[in-house]
Amino acid sequence: MIQLIIVILVTVILWRTAWQWRKSDITGREFFVWVVFWSAIALASFVPKQADKFAQIIGVERGADLFVYFSIIILFFVVFKILVRQQSIQREITKIVRKNALANPLEGKDNEVNINKNAQSGRSDSDI
Amino acid sequence: MRVFVVIPAYNEAAVITKTVSEVSALYQAVVVDDGSTDNTALLAHSAGAAILSHAVNRGQGAALQTGIEYALNRQADVIVTFDADGQLSVKDIESLILPIKDGKADIVLGSRFLGQANSLPFSRRMILKVAILLTRFYTGLKVTDTHNGLRAFSVKAARELHIRQDGMAHASEIIEHIKKYNWRFIEIPMTMFYTEYSLNKGQKLSGALKIIWDMLLSRLGK
Repeated sequence: MIQLIIVILVTVILWRTAWQWRKSDITGREFFVWVVFWSAIALASFVPKQADKFAQIIGVERGADLFVYFSIIILFFVVFKILVRQQSIQREITKIVRKNALANPLEGKDNEVNINKNAQSGRSDSDI
Repeated sequence: MRVFVVIPAYNEAAVITKTVSEVSALYQAVVVDDGSTDNTALLAHSAGAAILSHAVNRGQGAALQTGIEYALNRQADVIVTFDADGQLSVKDIESLILPIKDGKADIVLGSRFLGQANSLPFSRRMILKVAILLTRFYTGLKVTDTHNGLRAFSVKAARELHIRQDGMAHASEIIEHIKKYNWRFIEIPMTMFYTEYSLNKGQKLSGALKIIWDMLLSRLGK
């Protein structure tokens, strides 16, 4: 029964991934990594004893446990990558907002007076 | 001597006219309207400030950096940062900028704990003390106040300053700049007036935790 659920889930995921790849939302390399990863999970569900043996090579009792450990490591890595990327996007937004603000200042009373004076006398701002 | 006073403001329509009027009577006021949804910008301009408008809210750190860059472009000699919410006194600016005028400091920090913090609630005092301890531990600098909006920068310091913390963690980041660039710094006593309005707008415990989180995140991303 569990094999059937896993196969259905993996099929849906791979179908969606293939669709994203066709739309160029993900690169060929990312698509390849996902296909290998999910296929390995589907395969392991059919040969649990072999998966256990494989897990024991790296010191984990069961194949299913290895999968859970591995998933947590990947999740941490993905969350970290997303946080760093999100920070970088935030900084880019700030840069754009700042550039826009500095390009369109509404001069204050003193500066307006100075600018008008300078325009009349031909002086630059720094001479004030 | 061109003294620019940079005032970041986000939805401060209730108090901005008073703050800007007092500042612009003596100095060049620059209000960075940080994506306000009320008429903060309009009121501040009517009161005599130059206005820089952030199209969307980016946080106090981001607003300060924008205002400081504007002041540098306008050949400022001293750049002061000032709060919009009425907690600070314009009278303190004179003594704040003096060490920079005299060439004795690159940055001058206002300290409520050397001066007076009127009606400072106990919980706020505790949060600030923890922030001070953490900053002292991290930078090794014996500062007595860290998250105080009243500061003055020389042109040299302002040019070296690059605030990357858009939110409230910029205050700790500025102290880190002192260490990084070996700025000469002086703290001066100042008076902080807490009002119901400023306490409602100010930092709470959740804000303090966010500052710590932002600082940790920025280190991860380096």
